[in-house]
Amino acid sequence: MLEIDDIQHFVIERAKALAARYEFLSFRDAKGARAWLSALSGTVSSAAQMRAAPSSDRRWVTLAFTWNGLRALGVDEASLATFPEEFKQGMAARAEVLGDIGANAPEHWVGGLASPDLHAIAILFAGDVAERERCRQEHEALVAQCEGVVVLSSLDMEATPPFDHAHDHFGYRDRLSQPVIEGTGEEPTPGSGGPLKAGEFILGYQDESGQEPVLPQPEILSRNGSYIAYRRLEEHVGKFRDFLRQNGDTPDEQELIAAKLMGRWRSGAPLILAPEKDDPALGADPQRNNDFNYKEMDPKGYAIPLGAHIRRMNPRDTAPSMNRRRMIRRGATYGPPLPEGTPEDGVERGIAAFLVCGSLIRQFEFAQNVWINDKNFHELGNERDPIVGAQDGTLEFKIPKRPIRKKITGLPAFTTVRGGAYFFLPGIKALHYLATLGNHSESE
Amino acid sequence: MPNNANSEDWSKPSAKAITKESLADAEQGRYGPIFPKSPACYGFSIIAKIIPGREPVFYEYARNIEKGVAQKPDLLAVLKLHYLRWNLFEINGETYFQYMGIFDTDFDKYTEDAIGIFTASGLNTVFENLEGFPADWKTNAPAFVKFVRDHHRPSFLEYGEYPYASSDEIKKALRLKAAFGEMLDQMQ
Repeated sequence: MLEIDDIQHFVIERAKALAARYEFLSFRDAKGARAWLSALSGTVSSAAQMRAAPSSDRRWVTLAFTWNGLRALGVDEASLATFPEEFKQGMAARAEVLGDIGANAPEHWVGGLASPDLHAIAILFAGDVAERERCRQEHEALVAQCEGVVVLSSLDMEATPPFDHAHDHFGYRDRLSQPVIEGTGEEPTPGSGGPLKAGEFILGYQDESGQEPVLPQPEILSRNGSYIAYRRLEEHVGKFRDFLRQNGDTPDEQELIAAKLMGRWRSGAPLILAPEKDDPALGADPQRNNDFNYKEMDPKGYAIPLGAHIRRMNPRDTAPSMNRRRMIRRGATYGPPLPEGTPEDGVERGIAAFLVCGSLIRQFEFAQNVWINDKNFHELGNERDPIVGAQDGTLEFKIPKRPIRKKITGLPAFTTVRGGAYFFLPGIKALHYLATLGNHSESE
Repeated sequence: MPNNANSEDWSKPSAKAITKESLADAEQGRYGPIFPKSPACYGFSIIAKIIPGREPVFYEYARNIEKGVAQKPDLLAVLKLHYLRWNLFEINGETYFQYMGIFDTDFDKYTEDAIGIFTASGLNTVFENLEGFPADWKTNAPAFVKFVRDHHRPSFLEYGEYPYASSDEIKKALRLKAAFGEMLDQMQ
């Protein structure tokens, strides 16, 4: 049984928010940190509470901690040692594994995210900007009262227009292929595969291997928790549009190039189901827009190129152990939209997203290392993911086509990693355990 | 004719000496260094002492693998293999196990897939008969990986008669040859 009254809502439910704010914090005093956590933990809803809550709810709070943050709260060394190696090291230390090199390297990251002083994140999703502002002030007042609690940086987010569907700054529709956790009662959309064992995303449950992975200690801290990988990804919208113009003579050709990079038209319609021209009604229809496979429907990549973003991020029936690699995505766009026809203005805009998983090394790091950045994925030889891969202008992107393929050389980087971190997202009881550590720890 | 995909020439036999320095500079994979690709592709050699008296289990395992692959020829496909060899040998009255594999991908990338296959029924017996193998390996992938890496002995020299050619490329070439043969037969 899934203990939805002990799992933070973030993992299971999606808030109906149009604004968000992430605050990155450092703790210089364990008692102050626990005072902050005590004051805030009551605002963190479990999945069960969120389901039962009135629709008038206007804000949703999520709290998570780095490994250093768990230590700063007073978790003992013996317990800390039982967490997985990659989580202990943190995202910045794993840069080479993740392909965070060159312009993406941690030395260029912003907001103190590469620092060992990063201890916690408070994620606020809000109904609108006014509610976010109210919460921001409330949190500012709380931080001022808590000894040694420092806000390292923060990031404000708003949905980008049009608001009728989720999309990024490039214009691609988002949230089309989300895994469903067994036991939540949610139904996967056609083509999304069956519900997955909870252990793929939440600690303390059987996973898709049929086993229950060993838990970090103590169990009160780890049970019903998840790992999240945070990524702040700048999107170079001006450069992206220039690229489309350089590689397509007409607006239709430009749209097709954009679709080939992603594997879907910007409307969300997958190229396998709409190979020649866009079909916005298909893109918007969850009963149809994810209902396809690769092995039978497009083995050579004539519709969706073998190296297209969605083919790498979810190879479906063309990858082994697919169910051991899935992740739940949460996030939002930040920065002002760049209106069509406006030249690049140099303002940072992008996506700030979280990938939720049961094992960072097996799920998130595998996706980064193998699917996104292995140059020889699907024997492509000299490609990385065209949207989020480590691009340095020397790689290519091949578009299979009869009679001969189109090969784009010198693909530019459309995105840059501006920061990231690994957090542990504890269950509700674990938050209270952390908040009261001093009360039952002899070392304090 | 060079293989354009890797700009590595399969038609020219090639040898590569692997120094300790080059191993020290190896690219970092998720579980540790990625041992460099050589003219003999990627590979590993695991050498470990077996628990005394367990030899029969290894011979049973061999029959299981033979049967398993016969029934399901793609059983090991995800590992992108060329060849595997298993040996048992004695040093000072103690029996050691050697397991060598030649792969098209570095082991780091498909570690969990390998564990998945070993977890499948009938294939899990052999490692459990090695000294020091973690008892909780099914639920503790990092411990399994650590054992494999601790017992891996990197090569100092590798040779390829048709260097860098992948299994897929070789199979494609053989399929093409068969197709040509068939075509010539049809032309009679």
